[in-house]
Amino acid sequence: MTTEPAAPSFFARAVGRALGGSLLPVAMVIVALLALWYGAAVLLNAPFARSMAADPAALGLSELIDATLSQERPVLPAPHQVLWELKKSVFDLPVTSKRSLVLHGWVTLSSTLVGFGLGALLGLLLAIGIVHVKSLEKSLMFWIVSSQTVPILAVAPIVIVVLGAIGVTGLVPKAIISAYLCFFPVTIGMVKGLTSPDRLHVDLMRTWDATPAQTFWRLRAPASVPFLFTSLEVAIAASLVGAIVGELPTGAQAGLGARLLAGSYYGQTIQIWAALFAAAALAASMVGLVGLIERLVLAAMGGRR
Amino acid sequence: MLGGSNVASAGGTEASDATSPHRVVIDAKELDLVFDTADGRVHALANVDLTVREGEFVSFIGPSGCGKTTLLRVIADLEQATGGSITVGGVSPADARAARLYGYVFQAAALLPWRNVLDNVTLPLEIFGVSKEERLERAARNLDLVNLTGFEKKFPWQLSGGMQQRASIARALAYDPQLLLMDEPFGALDEIVRDKLNVQLLKLWAETAKTVIFVTHSIPEAVFLSTKIVVMSPRPGRIIDVIECDLPRDRTLEIRESSRFLEIAHRVREGLRAGHSYDD
Repeated sequence: MTTEPAAPSFFARAVGRALGGSLLPVAMVIVALLALWYGAAVLLNAPFARSMAADPAALGLSELIDATLSQERPVLPAPHQVLWELKKSVFDLPVTSKRSLVLHGWVTLSSTLVGFGLGALLGLLLAIGIVHVKSLEKSLMFWIVSSQTVPILAVAPIVIVVLGAIGVTGLVPKAIISAYLCFFPVTIGMVKGLTSPDRLHVDLMRTWDATPAQTFWRLRAPASVPFLFTSLEVAIAASLVGAIVGELPTGAQAGLGARLLAGSYYGQTIQIWAALFAAAALAASMVGLVGLIERLVLAAMGGRR
Repeated sequence: MLGGSNVASAGGTEASDATSPHRVVIDAKELDLVFDTADGRVHALANVDLTVREGEFVSFIGPSGCGKTTLLRVIADLEQATGGSITVGGVSPADARAARLYGYVFQAAALLPWRNVLDNVTLPLEIFGVSKEERLERAARNLDLVNLTGFEKKFPWQLSGGMQQRASIARALAYDPQLLLMDEPFGALDEIVRDKLNVQLLKLWAETAKTVIFVTHSIPEAVFLSTKIVVMSPRPGRIIDVIECDLPRDRTLEIRESSRFLEIAHRVREGLRAGHSYDD
C-alpha cells in the first residue's frame, strides 16, 4: 500500500520538472507584478478620471477602469501605455528625432562606457597599488570609502559646473561622474581578488623565488578573474546611474537622464516611465554582456572551479 | 646521535655505495625557532641537530605540533630559524631557494586551477625563463615519470586526488632539483592510493637519485619509504630519535610483513611514546 501515496508525489515531481526550470517562477513573478501594477494604476488614476467625468456618480466600473488606463498624463501609466511609448520612441521614430530613445540611449551609453572604462581602470590600478604597497592601504582606503559616502547628486553639478568653466563639456564630465561611481566596486573586488590565492600557492611561488611581477601575472591576476567580473557587473550598472545623474544638471539636453528630467518638467509620466525602462533594459543588457564574457573567459580558464 | 648515515643498502644498485662519503645536503646545528603569536610564544623548534646526506630518503615523523613541517619550511626558507645554524646544499636556505636547489610538494596538490596539467608542470620552468622547447621536453619526461602521460590537457578538477598529487610531484621535479621536500604529500589520500603512490615514489627516488625529505605521521609509510627516520616530539618541537632504516632499497609492499620492518616500526612507535607525544 506504500505505492499509493508515492504515485501522486511522483506525478507532482514530473510536473515540477517539466515546468520547473526557471521559466515558470519568472513568468509567475511577471504576471503578479503586472496585476499589481494595473491595480495600482486604476487606484491612483481613478480620482482624476472621476473628476473628468460629467457625472461621477453615473460612472460604471468598466468605464472607470477604461478611463484610468488611457489618460495622457496619468499619475501611474499602465504597462501597455509604457510599452506603446517605448515602441514608438525606439522603433517608430527616426533615430535623429529629438524624441527617439535610441538617440538618447546612445548618448547615455557612450558616456557610460567611457566612464566605465575610466573607472574600471582607476579601480584596478588602486587595487594593484593597495595589494602591493602596505602603506597605500592605510592611506588610500579611508578616502576611497569616504568618496562613496558623498551623495553623487551633490557632486555631479559641481563637476559639471567646474569642468564647464574650463571649457570641458559634453561627454567627458558625465563620464567622470560615471567613473567616480564605478571605480569603487572594482577596487574593493580586486583587492579581495588579488589577495585571494591560497597561502599554499603564494608559498609555492616563493619556493621558486618568483619575482613579485611573476607572482602577479601568474598567480594573483588569474586568481582574481572571477572577482573582476563580479565587480565589473556591479560597476557597469553603477556607471549607467552615474551617466544618468550626470545628465540631470546639464539642462536636459540629451540622454536618458535628460528625458527623465524633461518628462518630469512637463508632467509626461509615460515618457518618464519609458525612459526608465529603456535605462533598465540598457543596464540589464550591459550586465548580461559582462556576464557572458565572464562565462567565456572562465570556460577558457579551465571551466569548473 | 646524528651524522653518520652509512645506509646499509644490501639491494641497492645505484647511488648507494655505502663506503663512499656522500656529500652533506642539509646540516642543521642547534636550530631554534620561536614564534610570537597572539597566544604567546610558541617554541616550534628547540635545539635541532640534523644531517642529511645526498641520496638519502629521510622521514620526519611525529604528532601534530612537533615541528616537523616547520623544520621542512626552515630548510625551504619559508620560515627563518631564530637560533642555531643551517646550511642547505652548503649554502644558506635563502641562497638555496634562490638557486632553486629544492622542489617542494605540499599536502594539497596546489595545482593552479586555471592551468591544465602540462601548464602546471611547466610553470616553474616558465618562471625560471626556460625556453618553450625545453619546457615541453622536461614536462613530458617528468609526466612520464609519474605516469601521467596523456593527461597533459586535463584541468586539475578533472583528475583524482592521487593524480593531482602526482602532477604536483612532476611539477616539483620539472627543474631537476637535487632535493625534494615533501610535506605529508599523501596525507589527504585514501590508503589504497597512498600505498600505490608510495611504491611509485620509491621507484622514482631510485630512478632520479634525489635526496628526499618526507614529512608524515604514518609509521608504516615512514618505515616503508625511508633510509632514515627522524622521530620528533612537541612542546618544544625537537628530535628525540633518529632511526636508520636499513631495509633493502628495492622494496615492495610485502616488506611490511617482514620482521625487520616490524622491528623498525616498533622502535619508531617506542620513540613516539617516549616523547609523550600523545599525552594531551
